[in-house]
Amino acid sequence: MKISGAEALVKSLELENTEIVFGYPGGAILSVYDSLYKSKIKHILTRSEQAAAHAASGYARVSGKAGVCIATSGPGATNLVTGIATAYMDSIPIVAITGQVSTDVIGRDVFQEVDITGATAPFTKHNYLVKDADDIPRIVKEAFYIAKTGRPGPVLIDLPKDIASKKIDFNYPEQVVLRGYKPTTQGHPLQICRAAKAINEAKRPIICAGGGINLAGADKELLELAQKANIPVTTTLMGIGAFPENHPLSLGMLGMHGLASANKAVTQSDLIIATGARFSDRTTGEVSGFAPDAKVIHIDIDPAEIGKNMRTDIPIVGDVKGILRDIAEKVKHNERTQWIEYISSIKEQINSPIDDSKDLYPQEIIKMLSDKTSGNAIITTEVGCHQMWTAQFYEFTHPHTFISSGGLGTMGYGLPAAIGVKLAKPGETVINICGDGSFQMNLPEMATAVENGLCVKILLFNNKGLGLVRQLQEFYCKGRYNQVNFEFVPNFVKLAESYGIKGMRVKHRDELSKAIDQFLLSKESFLLECELDIHENVYPMVLNGSPIDEMIGG
Amino acid sequence: MKTTLSVLVENHPGVLSRVAGLFSRRGFNIDSLAVGTTEIPDISRMTIVVEGDEYIVEQVKKQLNKLVDVIKISKINPEESVSRELVLIKVDTSPETRSEIIHIAEIFRANIVDVSRKSMIIELTGDKNKVAAFEELLKPFGIKELVRTGIIAVNRGTNTIKIEEED
Ligand SMILES: Cc1ncc(C[n+]2csc(CCOP(=O)(O)OP(=O)(O)O)c2C)c(N)n1
Repeated sequence: MKISGAEALVKSLELENTEIVFGYPGGAILSVYDSLYKSKIKHILTRSEQAAAHAASGYARVSGKAGVCIATSGPGATNLVTGIATAYMDSIPIVAITGQVSTDVIGRDVFQEVDITGATAPFTKHNYLVKDADDIPRIVKEAFYIAKTGRPGPVLIDLPKDIASKKIDFNYPEQVVLRGYKPTTQGHPLQICRAAKAINEAKRPIICAGGGINLAGADKELLELAQKANIPVTTTLMGIGAFPENHPLSLGMLGMHGLASANKAVTQSDLIIATGARFSDRTTGEVSGFAPDAKVIHIDIDPAEIGKNMRTDIPIVGDVKGILRDIAEKVKHNERTQWIEYISSIKEQINSPIDDSKDLYPQEIIKMLSDKTSGNAIITTEVGCHQMWTAQFYEFTHPHTFISSGGLGTMGYGLPAAIGVKLAKPGETVINICGDGSFQMNLPEMATAVENGLCVKILLFNNKGLGLVRQLQEFYCKGRYNQVNFEFVPNFVKLAESYGIKGMRVKHRDELSKAIDQFLLSKESFLLECELDIHENVYPMVLNGSPIDEMIGG
Repeated sequence: MKTTLSVLVENHPGVLSRVAGLFSRRGFNIDSLAVGTTEIPDISRMTIVVEGDEYIVEQVKKQLNKLVDVIKISKINPEESVSRELVLIKVDTSPETRSEIIHIAEIFRANIVDVSRKSMIIELTGDKNKVAAFEELLKPFGIKELVRTGIIAVNRGTNTIKIEEED
C-alpha cells in the first residue's frame, strides 16, 4: 500500500521511537500535521517555534533520546533557528523538521519561502532538503543516527509540500550507510597507555570534565578514575552534574565566573585531563595563562576539538566513557597527599555574603533552594547573573540536573527547556531559575505548561533589568549604563495568575524560607518572584584577556 | 604557506556551498578550488588550495571531515604529485605583435584557440609557475581577460586516493 511522504515521515518518527514532538503548524507543513492527527505521537503545541526547539533540547538532555521539533516554512523555520543554534553549540541531539514550499517553485520567493537548509548549514550537524519522497525513510533514519552518534547535534529535514503529498512505497531501512560519517568511538590503546602513565607520574593532576561526560553518560567512569588515582575534578558550565559537587575531590566549576579555588588549582596543576570538554574561551580565560605548567591530555569524540583552542600533549579521540574506563584500569592508586591537602586548603567554603540587612541575596536564595531540595531537582536556567549564581551556589550531585544554554548563552532557553524536561521526567521536580529579562523572552510558554498540566516551577530573580550586561558596563564602559534597566516591569505575580499559575513575591529575607517551602510543595506550576538589587554582581570575574587565576573578587 | 588538499565528496547538490560556507565561516582562505566528478559518478573530487600555517591546514582538514558529505581528504605532497591548471587568456594583438605572441605561445606549448583582428585567445596548461611565467610575458601586450580553472592534482605512481572499502 502506498502512503504519502508526510505519512512516511510520521511513520519513520514512530519507528525511531519518538513519543513526543514539539511544534507549531502552518501551511507548508499541513500534511505532516494531518498525518500526526492519526499518530500515537504526542504533539506539544508551544507558543513559538523557538520554544519548540528549546523544549526539544530540554527533552533530549534528560531523556537520552533525540528531541524532535516541527515548524512550517518561512517564519516558522526562521523562528527555529535560535533553538537549533543553541542545541548545536551545546551538542544536543535534536531533529528539526520544517515545511518547505513545493519543489517546482523553490527559488522564486513565493509566500513563506526561506532557504532554511542554507541558513542552518553553519549550525546543524547536517541537514537535508528532501527532493524525492522515496528518500524520506532513509533521511529520517540518517537524521536520528547523525544527531545521536559521535558528537551529538541538531539535524534539520526540510520537506517541500509536494514531496509530502507524493505517494510512495514505505520501506524503512535497517541500517544507515554513510560513507562520509564514521565517528571514532574506540580510543587508541597506545594513547590510553600514555595517558595512564602521565597520570601515574603527575604530582598535581586535575580532571576538567565537560558536557561530553553528561552526553556520554560517563559520570560513573569519571568518578571511578578520580577516586582510584585521587584526582581533583573541576567541571565546565556544561559539565556541571558530571561529578558530585559534595565529593571531597570536587572543585566545582572553573572559568570566567568559576570558583576561585578551581581556577587557582588548575593554574597550579602539572597535568590537565580534559574529558569531553572543548576549552572554550569562557573556561580558559587567556589561553596562554591556562595551566601554564601542565601537560594536557585531551579526550574528546570530536577530532576537530583536539588542538583547536589548546595545545595537547596526549590527544585521545573516542567515546569518553570507554576511554575513562580503560584509563582507570591502568592507573595506580596514589595518595598525592601534598596535592590533596593543598586542594582542601584552597577550597573555600562557598558562602553567600551574608550581612544582617533585610534584603534578599541571590546567592543565599540559591543555596537555600539547594539545601531544601538536597540537590534532587532538575534545574534549568536562563542566561545572566542568575545562571552563574545557580552554577556556583546550587550543589549539583547528579548528571543531567543542570540544564542551561552554555555555548550560545541564549536568553529564553530555560522555560521551554523546563517543559521538555518535565515531559521526559514527569516524576522530577523541575525548576526554571530565571532573570526578569530572560523570562520575558519566552514567558508565553507558561501557557504550554498549564495546557499540558505540567508542574514547572519558576524562580524569578527580578532585578528590573539586565544584570549581567549591567555588570559588563560597570567594568568595560566605566559605568555608562545603557539599556540595562527596565523602566516598565509587569506585575509578574499577576501575570502568572492570568495564566492560571500561582504566584508569590518575596522582598525580605525573613519571608524566604517559608516561600521556598511553599514553592517546592506546590503540586502545580508556581512562580516565586524574588525582588533583588540590580547592583549585585557575579564574582569572581575574570576580565577579558586575563588568565583565570587573575580574578576580581576571587 | 599553500597546501593542496584533495577532497572526495558526495556528488549532491549543495555540497559545494557547504564546503565554501565552512571556509568563510571559520575564516579559512581558499586560494583556489576546482571540482568535478570522478571515475565513480556519485563522487566528486575537489582540489582545494588553502593558504595558512600548519594549524590552519589541520583545522581545515578536521572541520571538512565533520561534513557528512565529505568522504575523504588527502593532503597532496607537491614532490609526489602532478598538478595542473588550465588558463584561457585573451590578449590584445596588432599586426606588429601577433607573431611574437605566437612565438611565446609555442615556447610554452600553449594553444591558440581563437584569433580575431585585435585579439587572440590562448589556452595554456601547466602548474602554477608555468602559468605565472606565461602571464608575466604576455602582460606587456595587454591581457584583456584571464580565466583559470583552479589547480587539480593527482599523486604520481600507483598511489591513489580511494574511499575505504566497507568492513
Ligand atoms: C537572546 C539574548 N540576547 C541578549 C543576550 C545578552 N545578555 C546576556 S545576559 C543578559 C541579561 C540577562 O538579564 P536577566 O535575564 O534579567 O538576568 P540577570 O543577569 O539580571 O540575572 C543579556 C541581555 C543574550 N545572552 N541572549
